[in-house]
Amino acid sequence: MLDARLSEGPFDPAQQIACFVEATPAAGGVATFLGQVRSDAGVEALEIRHYPLMTLPGIRTLGEAAQRRWALDALLIVHRVGVMAPGDSIVLVAAAARHRREAFAATDFVMDHLKSDVWLWKRERTASGWRWIEPRAQDYADKARWG
Amino acid sequence: MTAPARLVFLGRLEDLAGTAEMAVAPGPIDQVLAALDRELAIALLDERVRLALNGALIGHGGAITLGAGDELAFLPPVSGG
Repeated sequence: MLDARLSEGPFDPAQQIACFVEATPAAGGVATFLGQVRSDAGVEALEIRHYPLMTLPGIRTLGEAAQRRWALDALLIVHRVGVMAPGDSIVLVAAAARHRREAFAATDFVMDHLKSDVWLWKRERTASGWRWIEPRAQDYADKARWG
Repeated sequence: MTAPARLVFLGRLEDLAGTAEMAVAPGPIDQVLAALDRELAIALLDERVRLALNGALIGHGGAITLGAGDELAFLPPVSGG
């Protein structure tokens, strides 16, 4: 089971995780990762833009790749788009598997690829206005770990 | 009058273009770009900007011709997650 979604408004990670866990009673382990808007000095807001024709299809393709690579009972990917404030949830990944290693690895894999392989663009607002965030070399290096 | 084609500008390219979408007359891509603001056209031709025709990635420099109703998107490097 793959549940991949873009969320135009705030989402409650605890509620998402509760629903996911309830739907996967046979899994031996569930790993979750929650990304939040970092409280960096001077950052007032963060915006993530997407391209409807390609962004969600790309996230689904990524989820399917993770499912082919590891034996998962279920995989959940929820990604925020729109304008967020520091502390808001940006991304939630949850993987349920028979054993923990698969769940950890699939979650890590999905996060590394969300950073550099999915059609999302991020900009932040400070007192001097909006500024687009360029991809970091570290993001590409993280993805390269998976060959 | 044929239906127009559409250019879509993502990320920072939207700011540069001043709009998220632009209706253009169908035709060869070179002709479409030549009609745009020069600074914008140069940014769109940056090798790090990927092109997608109707949701599918295509290579740079090919002989792309936009048909009526086609959507050509310009995708700068991503910074998600």
